[in-house]
Amino acid sequence: MTSTLEAALTARSDLIAPVLAPLVGALLSFLLRRWAMPIGLISIIGLVLAVLMLIPEALATGPRWLAVGGWEAPLGIVLHADGLSLAMLFMTAAVGLAISLYAAVYFHDQPSRAWSFWPLWLLLLTGLNALFLAADIFNLYVTLELLGLSAAALTALAGGADALVGAMRYLLVSLLGSLAYLLGVALLYHAYGTVDLGLLADRIAGLPATWAALGLMSAGLLLKTALFPLHFWLPPAHSNAPAPVSAALSALVVKGSFYLWLRLWLELFGGLGLGVETFLGLLGAGAVIWGSLQALRQTRLKLLVAYSTVAQIGYLFLAFPLALGGATTAWTGAIYLAVSHALAKAAMFLAAGNLLRFGGHDRIADLDRVVQRLPLSIAAFALAGVSIMGLPPSGGFIGKWLLLEAALSQGRWGWALVILLGGVLAATYVFKVLGYAFTQSETPHRARPVPAVMEWAALSLAASAILLGLIVAPPLALLAIGEPFAMATGAVGP
Amino acid sequence: MTIDNWIPLLVVGSSLIPGLLIFALAESRVRLRTTLNLAGALLKLALVATMLWGVAQGHQYQVQLAFLPGLELGLRVGPLALLFLTLSSLLWLVTTIYAIGYLEGSPHRSRFFGFFSLCVTATVGIAMAADLLTFLLFYELLTLATYPLVVHRGTEVARRAGLVYLAFTIGGGALMLLGIVWLYTLAGSLEFRPGGFVAGLDQTHRTSLILIFVLLIAGLGVKAALIPLHAWLPRAMVAPAPVSALLHAVAVVKAGAFGIMRVVYEVFGVELAADLGVTGPLALLAAATILYGSARALFQDDLKRRLAFSTVSQVAYIVLGVAIASPIATVGGLVHLVHQGLMKITLFFCAGNLAETLGIHRVSEMSGVARRMPCTLVAFTVAAFGMIGVPPVAGFITKWYLGLGALEAGQHWVLLVLALSSLLNAAYFLPILHAAWFREPPSTWPEERVFGRRETARALLWPPLITAAAALLAGLLASLPFSPLEWVGLIAEREFVRP
Repeated sequence: MTSTLEAALTARSDLIAPVLAPLVGALLSFLLRRWAMPIGLISIIGLVLAVLMLIPEALATGPRWLAVGGWEAPLGIVLHADGLSLAMLFMTAAVGLAISLYAAVYFHDQPSRAWSFWPLWLLLLTGLNALFLAADIFNLYVTLELLGLSAAALTALAGGADALVGAMRYLLVSLLGSLAYLLGVALLYHAYGTVDLGLLADRIAGLPATWAALGLMSAGLLLKTALFPLHFWLPPAHSNAPAPVSAALSALVVKGSFYLWLRLWLELFGGLGLGVETFLGLLGAGAVIWGSLQALRQTRLKLLVAYSTVAQIGYLFLAFPLALGGATTAWTGAIYLAVSHALAKAAMFLAAGNLLRFGGHDRIADLDRVVQRLPLSIAAFALAGVSIMGLPPSGGFIGKWLLLEAALSQGRWGWALVILLGGVLAATYVFKVLGYAFTQSETPHRARPVPAVMEWAALSLAASAILLGLIVAPPLALLAIGEPFAMATGAVGP
Repeated sequence: MTIDNWIPLLVVGSSLIPGLLIFALAESRVRLRTTLNLAGALLKLALVATMLWGVAQGHQYQVQLAFLPGLELGLRVGPLALLFLTLSSLLWLVTTIYAIGYLEGSPHRSRFFGFFSLCVTATVGIAMAADLLTFLLFYELLTLATYPLVVHRGTEVARRAGLVYLAFTIGGGALMLLGIVWLYTLAGSLEFRPGGFVAGLDQTHRTSLILIFVLLIAGLGVKAALIPLHAWLPRAMVAPAPVSALLHAVAVVKAGAFGIMRVVYEVFGVELAADLGVTGPLALLAAATILYGSARALFQDDLKRRLAFSTVSQVAYIVLGVAIASPIATVGGLVHLVHQGLMKITLFFCAGNLAETLGIHRVSEMSGVARRMPCTLVAFTVAAFGMIGVPPVAGFITKWYLGLGALEAGQHWVLLVLALSSLLNAAYFLPILHAAWFREPPSTWPEERVFGRRETARALLWPPLITAAAALLAGLLASLPFSPLEWVGLIAEREFVRP
């Protein structure tokens, strides 16, 4: 007994490092406020290293399990990392690093905000990483709540009436979503006597309780993911927050609840043949089109970027009907899109933050020749835009290619046309911004310098989104660890 | 990897790396920027010359990089790729020299030359692409890299022209993507092969194949400015003259025409395309574009717009040659890729010189301009005669082979189109030449700049003279080895007349 426990602790405990690093950082930065920023940066670097160290071993030996403290399921907390989890962890680490570097400079001259920012931001990362690693639906609830609360608090950080209203609405939506999810957890626990995902997957059947749980959990999670038509809260919350927070919310936080929903679908609900795939896909298509049209109508840059998130989330849900036919390409494509979107959207929000700081406003028509005055930020926006509209070479292109391939190989034209139309609409709103970056505005700018770190943080994120379209085989190999998508596709027949 | 693998990558790198470095340069580093530009252009030319020699000896240069599962990105240099590659790397050198002179002292040159280099990178990538996916990658890169050049001046008109340009090219790109993915799900491969790679497909896919052909041609037809997809081209004329030259002769429209060649010859194969019944409508569309472009050119007073409509018409000759589907017409179409490039770039250089030196933008302002700028007008005249098809300038060769090919294929109506379009070409070029050479010059020019005893700056004068001479020589020496015509014969022999 002791020997297995020791073995588990020494050999396998590095799996918890991506959770511990930001958690320790959050506590320390809360206690030692004056050192909040250096503590934050150190724990981010620790997080990045922890994730990077997980990947080679997982590639070599396959998916990993860790029973925290040596207690196995159903009693203890079990962590699980397969390709899907690792891809999400990697995404969080990469985007988190860039956002942290940006924030270190962004909050430099407002110490009181920096003191609140760092503990909350590190807690948010703790919640996200724990969410990606948790293997039972109750711990998933805890992480979801942690994520939602820290995100809502961060939204309020900008101060001012708009931000507070946005944050309040965000908090209520978040609580409502987690509550619905928790009810679903209770129903499943009552019906099957366990909260462990693996055990549940063995026992689940098409009982009424399962149906009710599915309804509650999906409503809660889709609300938190801001899937059309439940997206109403996202644009005000994401656009009113400070730039690093906007980036974190749009790039990472919505991915958290999407991941959770996808996990439930793959492990529990997907195999039941409930026939809701087409419905999910239709909501996704609605999001792609409605979100893009709304983005096109916006006159303020940050709102445009926020609506673009609504549209891009829609793409992720197109995979549900497309995966029904059997190919895993649809799931791979959706995750590829999710990761590329995280990099690109964070880059866009950081670039928008730079433009806002530079000109004191974010009216698109008055961008006033920023292309020569702030070239790095505009380059970041443009490169991120390439990935968002899915032009090659970019991660967005690879994701769309895989989705299109899944759609056309099954002859499902409607979905293919939505994918293409979304790309064309995205190009229209991205180039709407870029066009005005070249022209001169009638109202002169109040030009305020933007520190180089903030420009380079945005640009390096955007460049990573492009790079993801050139280096494709390693990410695909990472995603394939443990065949996270095999179950749903194997179980669901036509 | 051997040296043969590296050369195609170096050809891409020789403009990509200088381009990226130039972005990072301060505006004032004129000398370093010029050095980078010219070094890249010369290196590329040297590499292309090496491959030209190698390919003539029967060598092939290729490299493949892993990409998606089952799909690779590949560059391969055969005779057809080299035709376009040689044209674009030669004209890039000339256009770079011209642009350095043209933009002297104007703002934002680092940005301009950076994107300029990216455009050429995309163009050589298009030329060397070994499969449709690689082709699409560089094709979209070309769209993105030309946009900042179109809106370079930063005016409201430029912004709108940029939007129109994108509306067409992005829409076309989306159609092409759809066609390519569809084709991939049917054929399981995207690699260009002489005679096409879809020929072995089952007969049940006929309708799908016809639709795929339409999607691909729609995507490529936007850049090749086939009607009704040509509307972006005249509007994009707000860009500076070197950009117009690049759009019309080296990069954008050529990329479209070259892509149509690849699709007809190396994706579908001439026989299958004819069997599917898609080449006939394509030939009709090309013929309609030829006549429409010429007719519209007739009524344009703005010189650059007149030239733009002339491009619409001339590029369609290439497509016509491809669509007639006879070996001789093929020669005519392929060789026009080079000939049109040389002649049209000359015309745009000359138009740029008139605008920069004398402030002349309209045909009606050109009276007597030959007395003030004789060398520029000599170049202009040679190129204009070529466009009309007067021997011995290169344009004559094209029309001769197109006509012969049409007769060989039994498509007599093509002769009528050729004759009519030559008449129209004469009708919109000869009045310009007459006014420029024989009318009295006005007492003052709209905005004159004086360059000592020369008629204009040296960097502006030499490029059109060189390209005009090349257009003349391509016609005069058409039967010498390594002339465009001989090279095209080699392509037709190697790629289309298979045992």
